[in-house]
Amino acid sequence: MKVTVHIERRPEIADPEGTAISRSLVDLGYHVRSVRTGRTLHLEVDGEDVAAVEKLVDEMCQRLLTNPVIEDYRIEVEG
Amino acid sequence: MSRIAVVVFPGSNCELDAQWALRGLGAEAELVWHRETDLSGFDGVVLPGGFAHGDYLRAGAIARFSPVMSAVTEMAETGRPVVGICNGFQILCEAGLLPGALIANRDLRFICRPVEVEVIDTDTVLTATVEPGTVVTLPLSSYEGQLTDPTGTARVVARYVEDVNGSQDRAAAIANEAGNVVGIMPHPERSSEEILGSADGRVLLESLVAATEKIPA
Repeated sequence: MKVTVHIERRPEIADPEGTAISRSLVDLGYHVRSVRTGRTLHLEVDGEDVAAVEKLVDEMCQRLLTNPVIEDYRIEVEG
Repeated sequence: MSRIAVVVFPGSNCELDAQWALRGLGAEAELVWHRETDLSGFDGVVLPGGFAHGDYLRAGAIARFSPVMSAVTEMAETGRPVVGICNGFQILCEAGLLPGALIANRDLRFICRPVEVEVIDTDTVLTATVEPGTVVTLPLSSYEGQLTDPTGTARVVARYVEDVNGSQDRAAAIANEAGNVVGIMPHPERSSEEILGSADGRVLLESLVAATEKIPA
């Protein structure tokens, strides 16, 4: 089953990379208020049941894929 | 003589510096591969700098699951000294042994230069023999060196004299509540002899060695 995990910094955590990109876009003349960077992971996971796979990937996010101190995440399972 | 384990992860690159510096201060410092699960013969442990497991995903994220980390956690819980330097600091945060997280430096630069650091909390294994207010010059060498601690519970042990990387409270080193787990971003082991340009880091490592000598056999 194909699963996508979207990871981003929690809004209150600084994102120096996003800030640098935003400044560069403004320098190029674009009216950009802010940029936040993130990371997308594409997983292929064995399993038939969408809910069960989602639960498993959620566990992976909690343990390894994200740092709950600074990051939020969203899981999409392609059923 | 106290025995200190210096953990070697795939991608560590400061383990020999740490071992050399600790041996020079009279400790028996042994390199321990990250797959080791038993640290019972050691009085303390150092997680050295480098790029453990390539720093993939996040710095320290994969290293925290290295087999040795259960033994490191046990050491932390039993009050023995656990010190993470640079990448080792990042690993301790990922492992939840220290609060907060280390993110990219504010100006997105890899900072590689000597920085002044003031020791403010001397009730930790890395600072117990240091006078409060002592300013030491240590080499900083990191990209993800900016401490962010949304919980606000980080106990700041040493502070950058100038705000070099955006670190919260200008923290260069933090400790757990008990003071036996310390993470420090700049490198005391790389400034432990005059021939290296500075011997300022010695006072910190001397404190660590003294702390390990107090651990009952």
